[in-house]
Amino acid sequence: MDAPKQLMRFQVNGEPHQVAVRIEKTLLEVLREDLGLTGTKHGCELGECGACAVLLDGRPILSCLALAVECQDRDITTVEGLAQDGQLDPLQEAFAVTGAAQCGYCTPGFLVTARALLDAKPKPCRRDIADALAGNLCRCTGYLKIFEAVEQAIGACAVRPIRPPAATPAAPTGGRA
Amino acid sequence: MSDSHHPRPAAPLRVVGTPRVKVDARAKCTGETRFADDLFFPRMACGRLLRSTEAHALIRSIDVSAAVAMEGVYAVLTGKDLPIPFGILPVSEDEHALCPEHVRFVGDPVAAVAARDPWIAEAAVNAIKVDYEPLPVIGSIEEAIARPTPQIHPYADEGNLHRKLALEFGDVARGLAEADLVREDLFFYEGNTHLPIEQHACVALADADGKLTLYSSTQTPHYVHKALAKTLALPPAHIRVIALPNGGGFGGKSDPFNHEIVAAKLALVTRRPVKITLNREEVFYCHRGRHPVLLSVKTGVRRDGAITGMHFRCFLDGGAYGSYGVASTYYTGALQTVTYKVKNYKFDGIRAFTNKPPCGPKRGHGTPQPRCLLEVHLDKIAGELALDPIEMRLRHLVEPNSVTANYLTVGSSGLRACIEKVRDESKWGERRGRLGPGRGLGFAAASYLSGAGLPIYWNNLPHSGVQLKLDRGGGVCVFCGSTDIGQGSDSVLAYVVAEVLGIEPLDIRVVTADTDLTPVDLGSYSSRVTLMTGNAALQAAERARELLTQAVGAKLGLPADRIGLGGRRAFDTANPEIGMSFAEAVQCAEAKFGTIGTVGSYSPPASKAKYRGGGVGPSPAYSYSAMVAEVEVDATTGWVKVPRLWIAHDCGKAINPLLVIGQVEGGVYMGLGEVLMEGSFFRGKLGVHKVPSLLEYKSPTTLETPEMFTYLIEDPDPNGPYGAKEAGQGPLLPVMPAVLNAVYDAVGVRIDETPIHPHRVLEALKRKAEGKEARVGPTALPKLEYAAPVRVPTPWEGGDGRAVAGEPVGHKKKPAEAAR
Repeated sequence: MDAPKQLMRFQVNGEPHQVAVRIEKTLLEVLREDLGLTGTKHGCELGECGACAVLLDGRPILSCLALAVECQDRDITTVEGLAQDGQLDPLQEAFAVTGAAQCGYCTPGFLVTARALLDAKPKPCRRDIADALAGNLCRCTGYLKIFEAVEQAIGACAVRPIRPPAATPAAPTGGRA
Repeated sequence: MSDSHHPRPAAPLRVVGTPRVKVDARAKCTGETRFADDLFFPRMACGRLLRSTEAHALIRSIDVSAAVAMEGVYAVLTGKDLPIPFGILPVSEDEHALCPEHVRFVGDPVAAVAARDPWIAEAAVNAIKVDYEPLPVIGSIEEAIARPTPQIHPYADEGNLHRKLALEFGDVARGLAEADLVREDLFFYEGNTHLPIEQHACVALADADGKLTLYSSTQTPHYVHKALAKTLALPPAHIRVIALPNGGGFGGKSDPFNHEIVAAKLALVTRRPVKITLNREEVFYCHRGRHPVLLSVKTGVRRDGAITGMHFRCFLDGGAYGSYGVASTYYTGALQTVTYKVKNYKFDGIRAFTNKPPCGPKRGHGTPQPRCLLEVHLDKIAGELALDPIEMRLRHLVEPNSVTANYLTVGSSGLRACIEKVRDESKWGERRGRLGPGRGLGFAAASYLSGAGLPIYWNNLPHSGVQLKLDRGGGVCVFCGSTDIGQGSDSVLAYVVAEVLGIEPLDIRVVTADTDLTPVDLGSYSSRVTLMTGNAALQAAERARELLTQAVGAKLGLPADRIGLGGRRAFDTANPEIGMSFAEAVQCAEAKFGTIGTVGSYSPPASKAKYRGGGVGPSPAYSYSAMVAEVEVDATTGWVKVPRLWIAHDCGKAINPLLVIGQVEGGVYMGLGEVLMEGSFFRGKLGVHKVPSLLEYKSPTTLETPEMFTYLIEDPDPNGPYGAKEAGQGPLLPVMPAVLNAVYDAVGVRIDETPIHPHRVLEALKRKAEGKEARVGPTALPKLEYAAPVRVPTPWEGGDGRAVAGEPVGHKKKPAEAAR
């Protein structure tokens, strides 16, 4: 009673992957269970908490609402892909040093969503940050340290090359994180 | 123990007191930190529970044959496979991992499967047929009082009242008679839940020798260890429980849970690793959240606000099981006395069983509800006496180093400093009443424990233990049973050891929460960890320091007390250039004494409360908080916004101010959720949870985040490591009453129930406009015969902490005895 599978090809954190997946599997499940990328978390599997956010062609989506097979030939970035050349992303460092990660469970979702914000708008104000992160729930921090972390990263990000803007069409069902 | 409470006075602090990054912070920002559901093992099976669809019923029969026959199903369990009951408190071991015959709420587990994948597991539980015989559903405190039968649990004190208890300190009737003003107020505090973003998960493995390992997202691996040994009838030595970092706890992962026991049993049966990860709806059924409490308080005061007598009554809606409920009930009466002097004090506590998910400990455990009423009540009294509510409180603060009417020993108290700080910073005197229409300021203060003085199960063993292993390469490994739930307890261990041994926190590896490897720490609850593990770590580190300085002194031909440790070196304090690296110092010690390892442990001081029930409330130290909240109330929509808050918290000494501020802000955020929006709501007759999802259960988002001004007050307590007291729970407590008092200041109405949903504000405004009492909230208490109080003379009456009357003879019925 093997369920039908489909061969998927996609780029994850800059590396090509091919994996045969059950067609009903979500991107979240494939990342965590088939690729072992457990940095991406889940808090509801219903698109309510933002813990599963990843970047699809640079845009944040909720990986629990996206079917993996929708991501054929697309480019995915998870929290494991934020650090580059052995250096933490300025957002990662800022989240660590400001205390924006308490239990750390929502942190990957916040990080990739904030990364997309800074890529699209390098100097957001606090209101922009709050708007961009409104779909990510955190139960530990009260959000203030998260705001401070993003603001601290803004300066540091200025010296970072901005990633190429998303060239592909809108995200699948996952929608905006 | 006292030797380790006072670090050597001369040493200036290098690590403690400085803001620094948590030892695990970067791993949490890269995805490296592994939570329970991140574990995968070869041959791992997926476990799944079938939960009751009835709120109250007897099980006539369960037919598992279709599930057993399914391809890919490895095992199916029902209640008869796990017949031994368990529960966190020895007095209420009233849970079964799978209900054998009686289901008590929608979500109570009745059967379980292990299967090859989650799809098969889901199909298998859906193929199990349960024939229920429905029983009347008890949905509220009032119904529990009105309907003594059928009993949800036969061991209840009376009908469906789990516990009825009463304590009286001094003579409240006399106290009220001495008063210039007596005022009574009622309040209803809605239940709510922890809502950790991580859903509970565990993985169980059984090896070929029959030994069991359980990885779990638990705050209390020691209690899970005990519960597994009991329910599986295995020797504790054959069970290893490892708590993974918790993705949020807040008290919701403090009980041993049915899914943990089921996963363990499935692993033993199938000889495969078995993982059970709850879905979000199931997390709402695990619950153990804030008890809904109906409260009343009657207080007598002098014209200056001095409290001559106070009588609290608390009716707790406990849900379907005991959990921590007996302790929760006592906590609703315990801490009213540690902020303002109360001369005579009485408390009636009643906990009802209802057919809803069990309530238990949520951040603040039993104290937010009475604190909320108390602070609102004092605001009203100040109004009647025409006194400023802050100035009235400042006149009657409990003195540091004093004993309260109910025999709680207060050590350090920065309450006065906290109150003055928020009063001044918020410009209370200038701004209150002058903010314009719809805007107001409110004040409240509170206190919380830094760990309970007594353990959950009776024993005379330490509450926390730490072992250190010093490596000849200069590394130090700290072993401790404590569990990091995000608060930074692993970091506190590293900071304390680094401080004493003169090395950097990065040089230290922290191994925690593994019952095979680490000495027992009772768990991450009760705000106990910094104080208790901190003291245990301090003792272990001081002992290691002793060995190092002796060995280095001998090597250098100097007395040991001339040797200092710092900057990763051991050196002559008179000639600091003479010395050696820390690694060489360890080698000296190892050559002289053999392998270097030390231990430390901590037990709280003996309590003065010797009466029955006096086990709840005593603590080595009390933290204090004060808050001024500013609100904006839209009179058209009833919407309440909180644009800014001022909070001061006395944490004794901030071991890491960055983390303390994080705890304060997080606690305040959670309090805002409780007062503005959060609630566990049920369809009463059906006992069905209305909002078991993250979207429907509203919690504050980035968009509701106020401007927050946080001030740390440091009034070191001699019982805390470096003077430290708690910060994890206390700062939540003043939020709800401060906001409620601010709403009154803004629009002149009293919302005497939580949460402040807009319809309540509109209703109160309507009543005000109609000339009725400008208030919404309960108007009467249920009719009930209260328990005869345990009478305890106060210290100022010459009491010694013992009861003079009212203590029951013999012991309380336990679940197992009642069932016989």
